[in-house]
Amino acid sequence: MKLVSCALRKNASKLGESERCLSPGGDVENQQSEIPLLETRGLTKIFGSLRACDAIDLAIAPGEVHALLGENGAGKSTLVKMLFGVLDPSGGEILWKGKPVKIGSPGEARATGIGMVFQHFSLFEALTVAENIALALDGKVPIEKISDEARRLSLDYGLPLDPSAHVADLSVGERQRIEIVRALLQNPELIILDEPTSVLTPQEADKLFETLAKLKAEGRSVLYISHRLEEVQRICDRATVLRHGKVTGACDPRQETPSSLARMMVGGEVATVSGAGLGEPGEVLVEVQKLSAPARSPFAVTLKDVDLTVRAGEVIAIAGVAGNGQSELFDVLSGEVTVSDADSIRIAGVAAGRLGITARRLMGCSFVPEERHGHAAVPNMNLSSNLVLSRYASDRKTFLSGGWLGLINAGPVATATKRISSAMDVRKSLVDPMAGSLSGGNLQKFIVGRELDRQPRVLVVNQPTWGVDAGAASRIRQALIDLAKSGSAVIVISQDLDEVFEIASRVAVLNEGRLSRPEPVATMTRERIGLLMGGFHDGAGHPQPEALHAH
Amino acid sequence: MRIELQKRDGVSTLFAVLSPFVALGLTLIAGVILFVALGKDPVAALYSFFIEPLTEIWSLHELAIKAAPLILIAVGLSVCFRSNNWNIGAEGQFIIGAMAGSILPVVFHGWQSPLVLPLMIVFAMIGGAAYAAIPAFLKARLNTNEILTSLMLVYVAQLFLDWTVRGPWRNPEGFNFPETRNFHDYAVLPRIIETGKTHWGFGFALIAAIVLWFVMRRTLKGFEITVLGQSARAGRFAGFSDKKMVYFAFLLSGALAGLAGMAEVSGSIEQLRPVISPGYGFTAIIVAFLGRLNPLGIVAAGLVLALTYLGGEAAQISIGITDKVTRLFQGLLLFFVLGCDTLIHYRIRLVFGAAQKGSAA
Repeated sequence: MKLVSCALRKNASKLGESERCLSPGGDVENQQSEIPLLETRGLTKIFGSLRACDAIDLAIAPGEVHALLGENGAGKSTLVKMLFGVLDPSGGEILWKGKPVKIGSPGEARATGIGMVFQHFSLFEALTVAENIALALDGKVPIEKISDEARRLSLDYGLPLDPSAHVADLSVGERQRIEIVRALLQNPELIILDEPTSVLTPQEADKLFETLAKLKAEGRSVLYISHRLEEVQRICDRATVLRHGKVTGACDPRQETPSSLARMMVGGEVATVSGAGLGEPGEVLVEVQKLSAPARSPFAVTLKDVDLTVRAGEVIAIAGVAGNGQSELFDVLSGEVTVSDADSIRIAGVAAGRLGITARRLMGCSFVPEERHGHAAVPNMNLSSNLVLSRYASDRKTFLSGGWLGLINAGPVATATKRISSAMDVRKSLVDPMAGSLSGGNLQKFIVGRELDRQPRVLVVNQPTWGVDAGAASRIRQALIDLAKSGSAVIVISQDLDEVFEIASRVAVLNEGRLSRPEPVATMTRERIGLLMGGFHDGAGHPQPEALHAH
Repeated sequence: MRIELQKRDGVSTLFAVLSPFVALGLTLIAGVILFVALGKDPVAALYSFFIEPLTEIWSLHELAIKAAPLILIAVGLSVCFRSNNWNIGAEGQFIIGAMAGSILPVVFHGWQSPLVLPLMIVFAMIGGAAYAAIPAFLKARLNTNEILTSLMLVYVAQLFLDWTVRGPWRNPEGFNFPETRNFHDYAVLPRIIETGKTHWGFGFALIAAIVLWFVMRRTLKGFEITVLGQSARAGRFAGFSDKKMVYFAFLLSGALAGLAGMAEVSGSIEQLRPVISPGYGFTAIIVAFLGRLNPLGIVAAGLVLALTYLGGEAAQISIGITDKVTRLFQGLLLFFVLGCDTLIHYRIRLVFGAAQKGSAA
């Protein structure tokens, strides 16, 4: 395999790339094991007044899997973007094998020997796997050669991939494999993976870990970015923890406990969420029957025969890998998109499929979409205006006056904004700041608080804690449970399995627009969810015909 | 090396307020350079352009008359632009409104009654709104670009007016001049005060500005307009319809442009001619932005831009330069207004070497 890889490199050598060929033993590294493969000294990046990375010291030894831990916004992505030449450091230096280097562009990073797999893929959906790989190689290597090489590499590393398949038809896990194979084709000595498991099923993640072990055995180094403590403990040799742009700890994760790691990440204890006290479910509040909705764009997901019954006093979690119809399901549940069959969605017994979002709000429903900026809130408007955004109809009596004129009452709106901010502990420097100026966690607390404040009978939330710091996340989860305790029905669409197990009374899994039958969380295991996520609809490893077809 | 616009961390309130004045100042400086290059005395030229029209009562009335259509149209456009609908065709809606408003005095000139004037207003507003409904329909239904369709419809309207005035509506007693009949007394918009020429068009403009200022500032409708302009997705989440907003914004701005057209022909020209507007519909775009899309700011901006029309005429007479200078000044002003606004939000950076964009991740 290596020989072929070198041959490919030689073919591409007109591009001025050096001919580095690692042998599987990694003897080059063994000679240099004293010197870190990559080291940063005082690496700093300043955005305006924000020090996104503040004097970061990091050393990655050859042949180690090094974790970069930190919450959202801790500066992890900024750091790796500097290492990969996407961003220009404001200060400090980067050393490669002990020598200072300047990495001016991703191309230079690749030439140095750094490969990167981004969290959000940069793939052309209409092209094939091989074509996507060829685009990244920016050389004149024949596509057949790339296909052969990609196929070989993918088999070698346990990343099965069909080079002639169209990207649009592939699952997220398969797309990630393309990115990894693409990085491996450059024969890197250091591979950076940015939150790779956030889009994978547990089984797909296991596969990925096997691949990482192989890479490590070959003497390559891996910089593994994550905020998931278990997997870091499982696969990483060393960890560097970031908080607010600074290194707050460097440790061997296997010597630490999850809670000691969490303390380094968060800088304090995180309140545990308690689901205790959820009583017996009451009357049926939401009844979805044979709900189907066609895809609204070529790459959207079609919802097929979704059945779901939610009772008062329970939290239903809908798990699933991103892009399996979560936002489509949210849109039809919220009424932003209506369906032709009014009876397919019944809210408290009333056929609501054709009702818009305002009518459903008036029936006591509240909604929290996934995207905060430009969907749940308007970033360039202040919090009180963002309160009016979703509440003007349901709280017409308080917030509006003047009959048909519809005058907005600034006083009551400001009072309610203040009430929500203090109830949800929204931290802000001004009384009524622009929504866009709040951090993700604070804005999300406000958005969730805005809906909880009216005590909805039904709450539908999509990814409630996506990109939210641990403290805010536990607060939001507890608030959702408390709402259910008070007798409302809560539907949580989430990719975060920890969250699902923490708050749900029943769990269903969404896969390619189909929803599995909800099961009590007590009888659900991660493995079973993983199988359901992967399209095995009976959850026992027997794929249904459609699922087989799709893969 | 590349030039890059980098978003500033905060927007300076001081400069946000000063920006239109800085733009005016820069326009004047550019004007000085221009006049020097033309070999004219810049002080005298600028005096006759910007000061002289303000020194006499009759020219202040002229100023109000010229400002009226600019303000009326720009106030409507501000609603359009705030809701992210780019109606560039107000000039056409102005013409069609003027024509629809002229149906009664031109075609049914025998019917003379106090009802004529109110009906002319209604016809004009319907006409302008109906003409604006074309690009609105095309955008809402077929997703066409409203900038192109509304702009192209301007030329259609101009040629339609030209044909109508030379053809079916030509004054039978007018010695073959391409003009319609003169409007009868019931069809002429009265003056606001007896001593000056300012007609009720200026009154309409002020009323429209105050009403829309109130709507934008205090009401749910104004909130809806702003939300949909900022983010259509958030607007849908709020339960607002972006398609309905396309119609609302276009119909409103079309109706106001149509009213402006009717006020111009009924109050100032008192008949239809092949050309009835010196580009009010386009200049109003500058007025809207110079007034920061705020209806009250637009009143001030409308008076400034009206001054460039008067100044252009004055400078033509007193120092003998072409009236094209008017358009030039207007263009300079728009350029500097947009430039200042951009630089409030962004700073310019010269980048050498490594890429700064983080779009890959």
